[in-house]
Order: sequence, then C-alpha cells, then structure tokens
Amino acid sequence: MSTKSIGEYNFPAPDRVENFHGNQVVYLHWSKHLSFCAATAYPLPPDMPFGAVISNVIPGTYGPHPDFPRIDWSAVEWRIDGKPAKPDPEKSLKDNGIHHKSLVEFRTPGLDGYRGSAS
Amino acid sequence: MNAINSGASKKRLPLKEKYRHLTRGLHWDTTYQPMNKVFPHAAYEGIKIHDWDKWEDPFRLTMDAYWKFQAEKERKLYAVLDTFAQNNGQTNFTDARYVNTMKLFLTGVSPLEYMAHRGFGHAGRQMAGVGPRVACQMQSLDELRHVQTQIHTMSHLNKYFSGFHEFPHLHSRMWYLSVPKSFFDDAVTAGPFEFMTAIGFSFEYVLTNLLFVPFMSGAAYNGDMATMTFGFSAQSDEARHMTLGLEVIKFMLEQDEQNVPIVQKWIDKWFWRGHRMLGLVAMMMDYMLPKRIMSWKEAWSMYFTEAGGALFADLARYGIRLPKYAEVATAEADHISHQNWAIFYQYTHAAGFHTWLPSDEEMDWLSAKYPDTFDKYYRPRFDLWREMEKEGKRFYNMGLPQLCSTCQIPMGYTEPGDPTSIAFRSSKYNGDTYHFCSDGCKDIFDNEPEKFSQAWLPVHQIFQGNCGGATMEDVLKWYKLDGDNMDYAQSLDKKMWDEWQAGKNRVSG
Repeated sequence: MSTKSIGEYNFPAPDRVENFHGNQVVYLHWSKHLSFCAATAYPLPPDMPFGAVISNVIPGTYGPHPDFPRIDWSAVEWRIDGKPAKPDPEKSLKDNGIHHKSLVEFRTPGLDGYRGSAS
Repeated sequence: MNAINSGASKKRLPLKEKYRHLTRGLHWDTTYQPMNKVFPHAAYEGIKIHDWDKWEDPFRLTMDAYWKFQAEKERKLYAVLDTFAQNNGQTNFTDARYVNTMKLFLTGVSPLEYMAHRGFGHAGRQMAGVGPRVACQMQSLDELRHVQTQIHTMSHLNKYFSGFHEFPHLHSRMWYLSVPKSFFDDAVTAGPFEFMTAIGFSFEYVLTNLLFVPFMSGAAYNGDMATMTFGFSAQSDEARHMTLGLEVIKFMLEQDEQNVPIVQKWIDKWFWRGHRMLGLVAMMMDYMLPKRIMSWKEAWSMYFTEAGGALFADLARYGIRLPKYAEVATAEADHISHQNWAIFYQYTHAAGFHTWLPSDEEMDWLSAKYPDTFDKYYRPRFDLWREMEKEGKRFYNMGLPQLCSTCQIPMGYTEPGDPTSIAFRSSKYNGDTYHFCSDGCKDIFDNEPEKFSQAWLPVHQIFQGNCGGATMEDVLKWYKLDGDNMDYAQSLDKKMWDEWQAGKNRVSG
C-alpha cells in the first residue's frame, strides 16, 4: 500500500545522509541499562575508527552509570543492526559495516544494570 | 429559496422547519462546474458515498442557536477566570509541581485545538454533503473557541510561572512537541474521510476521555478552578464532537461495503497513534499530579478496555473489529507512564517544564497501583537516580535519543513480554533505514512510507544544523528557554512557591 494523494506525491527524505555535512547518524545502545531510556544518536564521520567510538563517544554518555568503570571491553558482545559482530577498533565505521542510521548495541556480560535490574 | 421567502412573513418558523432551512436547505448541486470538481477531495481516498442524504444529523443545532449557547458559556467561563485572577487562585494549588501539567497542556494540546479548527474547516469544505458540512463547521468553531479559552485561562499562570511564555514558538521546535505536532500534521494532510476517522472518531470518540478527563479532574483535584471551568465549558462541545465522530464512521460503513477495510485500516492506524500520544497523559497522571486521581492503568481499563470494548462490540455488525494491537496497548498500560517519565527526567535539561523524582510516598502509591511491574523494573531506576542526586550528580542524559520515525517519541519502549529489553523495529525504504518503537509504528510507516519518510525528526534536525547551532546551549537558545528547564528542585517556580507558602504561614501564624 502507498500514500493516497490528489497528485504526484514524491518528496525527498530530510534524513538522507547528504544532509549531515559529511557525517552519518549512528545509534548506540547499552543492553540491560535502561536508565538510559533509549539508544542515543551521534553524527559521526564514516571514516572514524571504531575504537574512537569506544574511547571518545561512549564514555560521555554512559560514563555516569556505576557499572561503567567495571566494563571489560575485551568481553563486550557487539551487535550491528541486530546481527552479532566483532568490530575491529582499527577499522573505520564504514569498513565495520556501520552505515547511516545503523544501530550498534553492546552487551556487557556480568553487568546487567543497577542491582541487576536492567536499569 | 422560495420556502424561506414565503416563511419570512411569519413571525417564527417551527423549529423543525427552521432546522431544515439552516442545514439541508443551504445545499445545492452545482451546475456551472461538475460536483466532483467543486469537491475535489471527496473521492480520492477510495470511500464510496452513494447518497449524502442518508446522513443522519447527529445533533440538531442551528447556527443561531449555536451562537446563543456558546455566548452563554463564554460569559460564565470568563466570570470564573476573573474571580480566579482577583483571588490569586494560583496560590491555592496543591503544589507548584502541578503547574507543569498545564505547561504540557498549553504547549502540546492547545495548538492541536487550533489545528483541529483548521482541520474541520478543511474537511467540512471537502464534504460533498451538506449534513456533515454543517456539523464540521460547528466543530471547527468549537475548536477555535477551545484554543482561545485555554490561552486566556493560562495567560494568568504565565504571570507567575515559567514554561508558558513561548508556547506557539515551542510547538513547532521543541523536540518532544514534534510528537503531538506530527500527529496532527499527519491527520490534516490526509483526505477528509481519514481526517474525520482520525480526529472525529479515533481521537474524539474512542480516546478523548483519556485526555480530557485526566487533565480536568487533575485540575479539580489540585485546586485549579480556572482550568476545571474551561474543561466544563468545553464538555458540551465534546459531547457533540463524539456523536459526530461516531456518525461519520457509521455513515461510511453503511454507504458501501467496500468502505469497511479502508475504515478499519484507518482505525488501526489512528488508535495506535493516539495510544502513543496519550503516553504523555499517562505520565502526567502517575507522576506529575501532586494529588492523583487514579492510575493510568485504571483509566485505560475503564475508558478503553470497558467503554471501547463495548463500542467495538457494537461496530462488529458492520464488520469492524477492535483496533490492531489493542492488546499490546493494554499490556503497555503497566509500563508507559514509568518509561515516559524516565525519558523526561533525564532530558529535562532540554525541556520546557520541570521534572523530579517521586517521593517515598509516591513510590509506594506506584507500587500499589502497579504491583506487577513497578518494584521490579522501575523502582530500582529511581533508586539509582536518587543515589546519584545525593552525590550531587543528578542524572541528565548527555546523548540525544534515537527517535521513532513514526510517533517521534524517543525509542524507550520495551519488547512486549520483556521489560528489560528495548523494542527495536526497522524498515528499509529507498535505500535508507527507518527505526520504530513498536510493531504498531512500523506498520503505519510501511503502509505510507512516502509520507513518514518525510518526518522532521528533531534529533536529526539538530545534527543537520537546523536548530540554532551545534551545541546544547545553541539549541536551548533557539527554543527560547529561559529558566524553564532542569529539575524542579532548583527551579524559579519552586523558589517562588516556597516564598508564597512562607508568606501564608506568616499571615496565619
């Protein structure tokens, strides 16, 4: 089904990647830590190495959580757009298969939120 | 026309005849232009109308009587508003936290009343039958009256409290107000029959009790006589709107069998959209009213499960069933108020009203009202934030939230059956990915991707540089926030309220 209209109905999407000044939108989500109410969004250069997401992007948002200092980053399980992934920190977002509006989820085994409540 | 001329010599027409002249008598079939050119939107949605004369006027009101009734109501309302202002009625509220519900109302709901005024004017213009045209005209005027009375009522609060001063500016800019704005923009850009199904039926008939009653009872419970009075003043209008909404549905269903699946699809869509938007009311009822009326879950059960259930049982004879995902919405009643308040608590640095953590007593009320979910999933969240607050690190989320491409709410809702995992849904359209908070929102997008892919998502607009600049400070300046945001504990509202209370104590002591 499509939109019924009185004439031609074809408009460009405001969210297409060329509107983001060279960046692409990437969403991050820390599983079982729902005191962060939703995944968070960032405009990031597609050539940025994935390691920079871990060192420069994630701490600014997720740092305040008491579980954060206890994360063992080598044990973290990643999912990119719903599929299990092992992103290479040296490679770029693009080369790790992270595209415009990709969702990157990370699960921290043994850390399931404040008192294990998924908060 | 002859009938009117010959009747002019009499002193008064019998009521029935007057009614006929002032409604059906105003119609004529055009001859210079074909009717389908004069009413170009009447057929493109696929709704087939064979006989407009079969329309049963849901209420018998002529325009002259309408003006008389409305003028009387206005006189009474403005007398109450004057008294409220002269007696400083705002000092009798239960608590200044209450005022935040009115900020939400003025910035989120009142502009929709204005859009409803425009929407019914437009839908009425496009109806090729005179019965619905006259009814739409009256509703259009009602809606204009509602937005005016609401603005007048709350202009008094604007003299004292933050959060009221930029409501029209905020409505088309503030991130969370894109939720109600896009809801109504979707409705008014649809054809006249979908608009009537969306607003007249799904919203005014099925869900209005969950919007209007909580706000007005909330006002009554919390000492806001001015708001309660504009609620009463609008109530008789609302009764008319409900009968119009139901009549439109029945008329479409009776006119042609092929209308049934189209109407059902609209009911499914607008039920889910309405449910998502009413999540704001849910958090208002459970978290923002200092003196609570009932829980959101109780209200949902009374007004949707019971009253809505009876309505859809009645519509079954036309082949209409309960809206799709009604059972999901009912299951969500255990969660949405908590999840929504959590969203606003952590983003209140960028909001036009204040938030706070529930007190011990309030948390116990929530436990009692939500025995299956509150203690297990939500109390720990508030405990964590309370600990952080005590350490001087009140929690503000520094990342901007991922928004649903349909409802535009931060994607904070959880998987049906698993409150510990966020529900992520997505679709591909024209090579791009679109994200949704639920199956309901995904279905709506998938049915009209050309429309919803145009969503003006505030977070993405900030990234594109369309909201004042790149930093949070730039964006807040663009919103024109000025002491309206942050936690209630440090607000100007609280400071003023505490001074008022101290003053009262001095006088009485």
